[in-house]
Amino acid sequence: MNTTHSLIQSTDWFPLFLSLKVAAVATLCSLVLGIALGWVFARRKFPGSTIVEAIFMLPLVLPPTVIGYGILVMAGRRSPLGAWLREHFDYTIIFSWHGAVVASAVVALPLVLKSSSAAFAGVDRSLEAAASTLRQSPWSVFLRVTLPLAWPGILAGTLLAFARAMGEFGASLMVAGSIPQQTQTLSMAIYDAVQAGHDDLALLLVLVTSVISVLVLVMSNRFFSLR
Amino acid sequence: MRSFRLLACAAAIASSLALPMAASAQQLTVSAAASLTDAFKELGPKFEASKPGATVRFNFAASGALLQQIAQGAPVDVFASADQATMGRADDQKLIDADTRRNFVSNSLVLIEPAQGGVGVKSLQDLSGAAVKKIAIGKVATVPVGAYTRQVLDGAKLWEPLEPKFVQADSVRQVLDYVGRGEVDAGFVYRTDATIAGDKVKVVATPSGHTPVSYPVAVIADSRQKSLARDFTAYLTGEEAQAVFKRYGFGKP
Repeated sequence: MNTTHSLIQSTDWFPLFLSLKVAAVATLCSLVLGIALGWVFARRKFPGSTIVEAIFMLPLVLPPTVIGYGILVMAGRRSPLGAWLREHFDYTIIFSWHGAVVASAVVALPLVLKSSSAAFAGVDRSLEAAASTLRQSPWSVFLRVTLPLAWPGILAGTLLAFARAMGEFGASLMVAGSIPQQTQTLSMAIYDAVQAGHDDLALLLVLVTSVISVLVLVMSNRFFSLR
Repeated sequence: MRSFRLLACAAAIASSLALPMAASAQQLTVSAAASLTDAFKELGPKFEASKPGATVRFNFAASGALLQQIAQGAPVDVFASADQATMGRADDQKLIDADTRRNFVSNSLVLIEPAQGGVGVKSLQDLSGAAVKKIAIGKVATVPVGAYTRQVLDGAKLWEPLEPKFVQADSVRQVLDYVGRGEVDAGFVYRTDATIAGDKVKVVATPSGHTPVSYPVAVIADSRQKSLARDFTAYLTGEEAQAVFKRYGFGKP
């Protein structure tokens, strides 16, 4: 018990706080984008919408290395966007925690997208129609009728997205690197501990990650069953 | 009739499981440091040609990571490390047949920068300049090139000042990739890696102040192919292999 106590005390908990921070910011970004896209795909069926939706869902099935490589190619130093950002703002997402946020947001988006799309599709259109006969603007109908009705489903998907963002590893490792005290998230810390043979530390971090993820998933389940 | 079908299923499953067993009869698994990737890939077919019926498969990663795999029981027959320290740890953990351990090549550490768009690093001291924002090195604990880098920078009293700029990579090839892509301003790799990267990177210095980069190879204690494994380690110090190593820029052991 004493050694466990001293292990907990001597452990650097920066990766935990960084993971929480990265996951929170990434989930927020994917929430906003996911709601917008989810509404579009639920309500506006344009030609090719299934294919476009499938493209947004791709990060769910693509290997993390493909996603990481894609981000490097699109935002790295040699890319048009990356070069422009570096030149004008001296800013880059590579090897910064912002890169980890981008990678996590990309993999979390499909989860928010799918659940909000399903949630919006499940809202009774007649209620929205009733609201617009009461002279509510489309934006007001969305905010006061559609969104509140779809909220449990969206929230469930958001919590799933948060858990996914907490566990993000491959793509964020490629884009942000595992720089201790700067970009080393919890999953990267576990990976480093295993590679260096620090089994005690690895086990401790694995337990922490698992407990947090289980909690988040339990909460998510409760919101899914609320619908 | 039913029992016949059951029997047929069982036989099918059993034979499909037996197949891989038969295939591994003369297969050698070699875990080698990442910097040996190209040279070993060329030597593999040559060794197979010299020993009909034998196949060699390679597993390349940082020496520390490979050691971890072996320590956890990975079925490896030969281990080639990029530094004596990692092989020493393997020896301490009784993972190798110590009498098969031998040095087979040497290498040197170089400081590189991107060939295009680099900030103009010319020496170790330039690394402290404001123009150099990120430096790629191997993870000190598990990647030998990182350990050599640490020795050099400790000796030059630059380790602590440069620490905020480090991006620690999982293998020397990843360091090479970061520099080649221009994502970092400088990196430390082996001369042989800089050569492989061709026109993507340029060598700016060959720092001294590290233990000689000497690569040892040894047979794993739990190997099931002891005699073939010994043949492979002997092959590495033979004339044919040494000529290949020389072509890639490795030095004599």
